[in-house]
Amino acid sequence: MSVLAPRRSTLPGFGLTMGLTLTWLSLIVLIPLAGLFVRSTDLSLAQFWDIVTSRRTLSALKISFGLSFAAACVNLVMGTIVVWALVRYRFPGRRLFDAIVDVPFALPTAVAGVALTALFAQKGWLGAPLAAMGIKVAFTPLGIFIAMIFIGIPFVVRTVQPVLIDLDPEIEEAAASLGASRWHIVTKVILPSLTPALLTGFALAFARAVGEYGSVIFIAGNLPNVSEIAPLLIVIRLSEFRYADATAIAVVMLVVAFVIIFAVNRLQRWAQSQAST
Amino acid sequence: MSIEMTLQRTPDGSARSLAESAARRDPRAEPAIVRVAIITLAIAFLSIFVVLPLVVVFVEAFGRGVVAYLSALADPEAWSAIRLTLGVAAVSVGTNLVFGLAAAWAITKFDFPGKTFLITLIDLPFSVSPVISGLVFVLLFGAQGFLGPWLQDHDLQILFAFPGIALATIFVTFPFVARALIPLMQEQGTQEEEAAISLGASGLQTFFRVTLPNIKWGVLYGVLLCNARAMGEFGAVSVVSGHIRGETNTMPLLVEILYNEYQMVASFAIASLLAMLALITLIAKTILERNIDGDMPHDD
Repeated sequence: MSVLAPRRSTLPGFGLTMGLTLTWLSLIVLIPLAGLFVRSTDLSLAQFWDIVTSRRTLSALKISFGLSFAAACVNLVMGTIVVWALVRYRFPGRRLFDAIVDVPFALPTAVAGVALTALFAQKGWLGAPLAAMGIKVAFTPLGIFIAMIFIGIPFVVRTVQPVLIDLDPEIEEAAASLGASRWHIVTKVILPSLTPALLTGFALAFARAVGEYGSVIFIAGNLPNVSEIAPLLIVIRLSEFRYADATAIAVVMLVVAFVIIFAVNRLQRWAQSQAST
Repeated sequence: MSIEMTLQRTPDGSARSLAESAARRDPRAEPAIVRVAIITLAIAFLSIFVVLPLVVVFVEAFGRGVVAYLSALADPEAWSAIRLTLGVAAVSVGTNLVFGLAAAWAITKFDFPGKTFLITLIDLPFSVSPVISGLVFVLLFGAQGFLGPWLQDHDLQILFAFPGIALATIFVTFPFVARALIPLMQEQGTQEEEAAISLGASGLQTFFRVTLPNIKWGVLYGVLLCNARAMGEFGAVSVVSGHIRGETNTMPLLVEILYNEYQMVASFAIASLLAMLALITLIAKTILERNIDGDMPHDD
């Protein structure tokens, strides 16, 4: 008996569909990704360390991870405000704004990139007034930060929205009838129940921003050590045929991405166990 | 549900009066000033970060008038990019549709150990940076790659050609159809299929006559999102394309090239086509979500 033998066997097609799934998954996803890790073993540990800790690589990783973290924090706060307005209040255009939240998912990243750059360039609609105040956005790290906020908007909103909608109103009513202030109820009763979803949204927004390329490179300026993100450095190393360097940077980014998936899976399981008790 | 009902009871009016009347009756309401502040902040944030970038695409595209816009789109290079993008999207959607249906059938109609892990593996491409998604294929098929020398000996071109662009796109759009179908088919269970089989239907008959009608909106939903991402993918395709003019530039890559050459009207004209694709996708998605909700079995 195979390990994969299904318990329910009245339906046909398990062997065929499972075989197709595993074959295609291996050919398209697993083998190519494994190839990257195999390639990185061409490097000795010392070589790997030298590449990853070289000034330019380290700067790029710091810029990518640091600004992604900052952007995810903004998305956490603004996402909470947006989701609260969308779920709890009625206002004109609410359904339209609800649909608009998904635009960063749907808009091709290159289009977002050129649009944000046009908007925040020194003569742009928002860039001009900001320049008058002495703030330069396009072609600076601030531009990267703005693009990363854009790309992360849907994550916190869409992970928290279903939880906030399903939140049992009786808990809030009970707390209110016991004399708790509204501020107290929101911070001590509602926010704790939203915490797993908030953290999940934060982690997803962070992971997306770290890997983001298209919407960032147009507005970034791409100055080595200043406004050069890690994915761009991979592209540059590839164009210089420095495959080892590109592979080493990619391995660092992938490992972090996998740690985040693992953490998110844990979070979801924790949230489910919280919800069932 | 009860939140909606509580709020629908209040008479329609400005946000302020609505907030005030609700504040008096509803113990779960914030003070009016807080409500107005939150709504204002939410609208301002979404307007600046989402609405304005969308608007600027069309304003820039039509900045020199409709004639300049249309002549930019009539350029042979634009046409070649549009054809390539459509071709790549067709191949990616087709293959991922077959895979998504097979994966969803295996995962939702049978029990086996490691199911959660398999779903995690299918989701993997979503957490890989687009640039790395392209890089893995360069490492496989590039001149210094694992299969590079063999491909050269046999005169096969994968990188900097259609197959490489299609492979990278299939990788980044890999989870979409399976993701759309798994929760839906999980909810629907296996009873209808089991009944069909016990009444003597063949496996294929059961799939096409029983399963497919139940999941058709879910299939369309997956295809829609897969297609939008396939046509719009930039990072992964940029790494494997080689940017050969008139040959291996997809629409998003052409946006970049024209932009870097300061051909703003032409760049934003192509960008406006992609933005329209995104808007149509969102509208269709909203409609499909309502239909899928109807296909979900409900307890009541």
